[in-house]
Formats: sequence, structure tokens, C-alpha cells
Amino acid sequence: MYSFEPNEEQQMLIDAVGKYAANDLRPAAHDAEENHEMPQKLISKGWELGLLQASTPEAYGGFGERSAVTGVLAVEEMAFGDLAGALAVMTPSLFATPILLGGTEEQKQEYLPKIIEGAWAPYTGALIEYSFDFDPNALKTTAKAEGGTYVLSGEKVFVPFAKDAEALIVYANLDGVTQGFIVKKEAAGLSISAEREKLMGLNALPMYRVKLENVTAERLGGASGHNFELILASMRIASAAAALGVAKSSFEYAKNYAKERDAFGVKIAQKQAVAFMLAEIVTELEAMRLLTWEAAWQLDNAKEDAFTSAFLAFTGAADMAMMVTDRGVQIYGGHGYIRENPVELLMRNGRGFPMLLGLAIV
Amino acid sequence: MTIEFEAPKPIVQMQAMLKTVAENMMRSTSREMDENEHAIPWDYVEFMHTAMRSMGGGGGLTINEEKPKEGAEKRPPIGYQKLAAQIEMLSWGDVGYYLITPGGGLGAAAVAAAGSPEQKAKFLARFNDDKPTYAAMCMTEPGAGSDTSAIRARAVLDEKTNEWVINGEKIFVTAGDKSFNEYEKLGKGFIVVWASIDPTAGRSGMRAFVVESGTPGVKVTKLEHKLGIRASDTASISLVDARVPFENVLGKPTVEKSTTGFKGAMATFDATRPLVAASGIGVARAALEFLKEKLAENGVEIRYGLPRNKMTSIERDVIDMDIQLRSAWLMTLKAVWMADNKKPNALESSMSKVRAGDVTTKVTQKAVEILGPLGYSREFLFEKWFRDAKITDIYEGTGQINRLVVARQILGYTGAELR
Repeated sequence: MYSFEPNEEQQMLIDAVGKYAANDLRPAAHDAEENHEMPQKLISKGWELGLLQASTPEAYGGFGERSAVTGVLAVEEMAFGDLAGALAVMTPSLFATPILLGGTEEQKQEYLPKIIEGAWAPYTGALIEYSFDFDPNALKTTAKAEGGTYVLSGEKVFVPFAKDAEALIVYANLDGVTQGFIVKKEAAGLSISAEREKLMGLNALPMYRVKLENVTAERLGGASGHNFELILASMRIASAAAALGVAKSSFEYAKNYAKERDAFGVKIAQKQAVAFMLAEIVTELEAMRLLTWEAAWQLDNAKEDAFTSAFLAFTGAADMAMMVTDRGVQIYGGHGYIRENPVELLMRNGRGFPMLLGLAIV
Repeated sequence: MTIEFEAPKPIVQMQAMLKTVAENMMRSTSREMDENEHAIPWDYVEFMHTAMRSMGGGGGLTINEEKPKEGAEKRPPIGYQKLAAQIEMLSWGDVGYYLITPGGGLGAAAVAAAGSPEQKAKFLARFNDDKPTYAAMCMTEPGAGSDTSAIRARAVLDEKTNEWVINGEKIFVTAGDKSFNEYEKLGKGFIVVWASIDPTAGRSGMRAFVVESGTPGVKVTKLEHKLGIRASDTASISLVDARVPFENVLGKPTVEKSTTGFKGAMATFDATRPLVAASGIGVARAALEFLKEKLAENGVEIRYGLPRNKMTSIERDVIDMDIQLRSAWLMTLKAVWMADNKKPNALESSMSKVRAGDVTTKVTQKAVEILGPLGYSREFLFEKWFRDAKITDIYEGTGQINRLVVARQILGYTGAELR
């Protein structure tokens, strides 16, 4: 069957996340960005919604099964509030979800219960590298098998909460194939930059550079490793969903502004030039939402096309976010360029999706 | 309810069957029909009529819900979804052919949407008869396209004979010739003519009238020569003192201060826009699939999974085409799924049409461009698909009109607030 309606459980989750996003994240977004700080209280409140907990089986301390569809619904809602806030709340997933998807039983037992059952804690993941042709399937950070263990060398950037992280998953090139490795904070050869990353957007999210000099690490999934394509696809659809949330936020602001702003005796929304932009935005948003949903559904049902679909959804949604957030600023006109108004931040955040793969996972 | 993307079995089976039809009866003669405008591929017409009748389809592409067997689990309705999938597959074969698939088309859709039970019984039964039969919708006039409130055709009631007397000029009537003119191999069809019963009343004075084939005073005056969809006849029809029985008016014969008459027409569009979207998507899919074949033949591989800045120009284009086409199809599916589940879908319907209009135009244009001289040559069908696809963004409301509909929906504006 085809069906386009979230089930009851998903709808309850959407409502709860939506409430948090609209009432807590959205009003805080501007100050968080300007002050370069995401209040811990906000993060903890988001953590208590239990997104990760609900997608982790009871055996590991959670109370549900992972569903990529449910995941993308929640991520869109959360990112609608604020991208930096959403990514901060979900940072522990960058560590826990890959373990859930590709870890050995021992790895799951060692890490998942303490993350799931505890308060929000900085466990994180490191995928991005500082190179114009960054490609998750052709990493420059290397992993070498030495005896029963692995040794990592290289540099990772844009790693959220790395400074305080208990442990992180580092992705590295093992004989031409990308694999995740569990690196503990006390590992020798691991160094975290003292300074935070400085980016065009996402300044409320503390991100750091991570250097690895012959760091001994544990391979995700043990000696036989894991399917990185699955993790990558889960990152891609999460990113696509976050792009939807950011774009939807910009669209809502622009739509409301256009209905308020007078020009030539009417509201600017009554001019086709503006109305058509809004019509195209909402159409594009819906198009990419359905593409993302389908990819998530295919992942949940282990369909043959799932990885390709996730790639297409990510690529399309990233373009969409740029187009939509740019138009959001355009509809506000000069006011859109002023940082007091919300749409310029959304445009800065909207630009990041193609290069920020790996900051979210469902 | 939940979110699901598994194609229902009846749809998958139907697609497989229609693919055979598309390959063997449509593609094989696509070029020939394009170059002999207005020729009728009788073998296709007769085959489709017989096939659809035997499947209980009412002799046409219509919503056809199988009656659940006794004691069987109740299944959600998929009639519109199935119809959209049928249209997509037939248009993948050849959209001109699809448009001359026998049956009631938009004419019967108007009767089904706005007619009384008696009218439905009287006018719709014929599509199940032995011979293929057509019906058409006459809305557009030389001076009234998307602005249907500018329609000037008039219907006046002659109280002595209790007949409507209709005068007007209609153009761009799809299948108008086969619906109105007599053909030995075709059954007696009809056209549905939109005319005003009270020009002072604007849109609320607009009514649709069933005009039977052969009615005196009605003439097909011209068959258009078109950019594409050349197998489909597009007629001009003139009505001079054409008389139709009183009971042939769809909806109330009196004018009240409301726009219900016109809303009838608009409701038809909510139902049919995603079907037009589906048709365009079929053409674009044909172009994209064949483009991929040609590229592979020429040793060009499309590598999925690369970051944008590592792709070749052709990879970028093809991947964009994939994204656009798939998402357009999903939007169409959602719109018809809503129709099946009786959810108001004016927004989704128009969005699917906006998207499909854009996507089919771009995909077919790009396919021609990427293949260079091979794309432009009439040796292959790319140039034909490009010409055929363009109609998607025009009929059943241009892309611009549909943007207006979408914008009004999301802004909560009336037609007066957003013109």
C-alpha cells in the first residue's frame, strides 16, 4: 500500500517534538547563535523527549525499535526549531546509532545502556575532513590493522562537543573502504583543538578539530567490520530531514512576513511575484519531504534501492534548503539582511548541508 | 495509517501488463503516428476498448474499485492510485496514444462529478458497449483560456419546447472529433459544453451541458496541428442554436448567489490535475530511461554517491533528473491517495501539477541537450518526447494558474485577494 500519514505513535512524537521546537528552540535560536552558546538546560530538555531512547531496544536500555521513518519525522520537526539546537540535542546519536547499526554485541552492551539511561552526555562522531573534495567514501584519515587492533592517523573537523566527549566514532579509510572506529577520550595520540571551529553558521554548536596521531582504536563491528553504506544512508536521510526543517522554518517566517508587509496598498503576498515564490517553495519542500520519507521507508524495509534513494534525497534536499532559505531572505528584502530577523541565520544554516554530512543520523 | 511506499499488487500487475501494450502497440508506431497527424491507430483503440471492458473497467480509463469478496478483509481504496499508475505507464508508451484511449475522458468525469444519478445512468452506460466510445469536455474559448469566468457561450431555456438553446465557439477540445463526429467503428459519444445561463451572474451562472453526438447546429470546424501529442485530435467546435433537452444540464438549472456551478468544474480539476501530472511523468520517465541506456551504450557511467563537486556535468544533470522525476511522482501519488481516501486535496493536486509541469519539461529538454545531435534527430524519440511533454505544463491549468491555486491555498487568500 501507499500511505502518506504518520501513524498515531509517530504523530504523538511529532507533536511533542514540534512543541519543544516551536516553544523552546525557535525563540532561543537568535541569541544562541549570537552568543555562540547553546544553553545546557535547552539541550537537556530536548534529550528528555527521548528520541534516541525510543529507537533503542530494551536490551540496551531503550524502549523501542529504530525506525528511519520516525527518525526523519522527528528530525524535521526538531530542525524547524533551530538547526544548531537540534544537532546539539542529537549529538549522542552520532555515537550511539552507528553502534546500534554496526556494533558487536559487546560494543552495544558496553556503550548503549549508559548513554541511553543517563542524562545527555557528549558522545560524538567525526566524519568531515578539511578538504575541498571531502568525500565520505574516500577519506584521507587512515586506519591500519596492526595485530588485533587498528591505528588511526589524520585530522577531522567540525566535530560537535569533541572537547568534552567521553568517546567518539572516527571514520577512516581502511584499505580503500570507510569504517568507523571507537576512540576513547584518553587514547594516546588523540588531540582536540583548544579553539572552537568558526563557521558561517551553526555557531551555537561547539565544534572542534580532532587530530589523530597513531591512535589505537576499536573497529565498529569488530574484526569483520560493518556496512558503512548503511550508516552513510542513515546520515544522509537525517541531513535531508534537517534540511526540510530549516527550509520549513524559513518558509513559515517568509509567508507570515509577506502577509504582514504592505507595499503599493496591498500586502506583498498579494503580489504574484512574491506569491509564486512561496508556491514554488512549498512545492519543492513537499517534493523533497516525500523523497526523504520514501528513502527512510526503504531503509526500514531493507529495499534494494535504499542507499541510492538516500543519496538522492540528501542531494535534492540540500539544494532545496539553499533555494528556500535564499528566497526567505529575498522576501524579507532589506530586513532579511538584518541579523535581528531570523531568515539570514536560516540561510547561513541552509547553505551548510552539502558539506555538513555526518552531523546527524537517524 | 502509517507511512508506506509499497506499490499495491493490483497496481504492479496492471503496470506489467500495460508495459507490454506500450512496447508492442505504442512505441513500435510512435514515430509513424507523430508524422501522420490525426491518423487513428485503430488496432490500439479497439484493443484497449476490449481489454478494459473485459477487466470491468467500464470501457475506459476510469476509477474502478474491485468489490471486496464476502468475508474478505476490507482494503483501503486505490482506484485513483491505480488510474494514475495506468496513465503514467500508457504515457510512458506514448502520450498521444494515451490521450485517444477510448472512454469517457473529461466529458464523463464532468458527468460523474456533477451529474444526478439519473444522468449518470443515462450518459455513462454507453462506454461499456461493444464499440469504443468517446466523450469530451468543451471549456476553452478563443477569448477564455485559464480565465474560465470569461466564457461567452450562452445557454437559453426555450420554455415552449423545454430545451436549452446553446450558442458559442469552443476550442482545444481534446478528442472532440471522436466524441462528436460519427465513425463507423465508434459508438455514439457526447461533448460536455460549458456555457452561461445568466451572464450577469459571473461564475455562478456557468453550467455544463451534455450535447449528444450529431446534434444539429454543432460542428467540428477545425482540427489543430500541434507541437506534439499529434495522435490526439484537438478540435474547434461551433454551436449555433444547438438544442439539447432540459435534463441535459449538469447541476441546478437555476442561478443562486453562489459559485456552485463553477465549483463543479473546479472540483473536476482537483481530481484530474494529478492525472495530468502522472501522464507527463510517464513521458519524462521514458526520456530519462532511454537517455540512461544511450549513455551506457556510449560508455558513460553515472556514479551515484559522489559529492556534487566531484560529479561530472552529465552526472549532475542525470542525478537531478532522477531527483526531480521521483519526487514529482511521489507528489502525484500523494494527491491521488488523498482523493482515494476522501481527503480534500486541492493544494496537493495543484502542487503535483506544478511540479510535474516543471519536471517533465526540464527532463525532456535536458535529455535532448545531453545527447546532442542524437537528441535532436528524429531517428530517436527524444525530440518527440520533448515536444509531447510540453503540453503537461499547459493543459488542465498552466503552471502559472496552478501556482496561483497553490499560493491562495497556503496564504488563505481568495481569488479577489490574490489575483
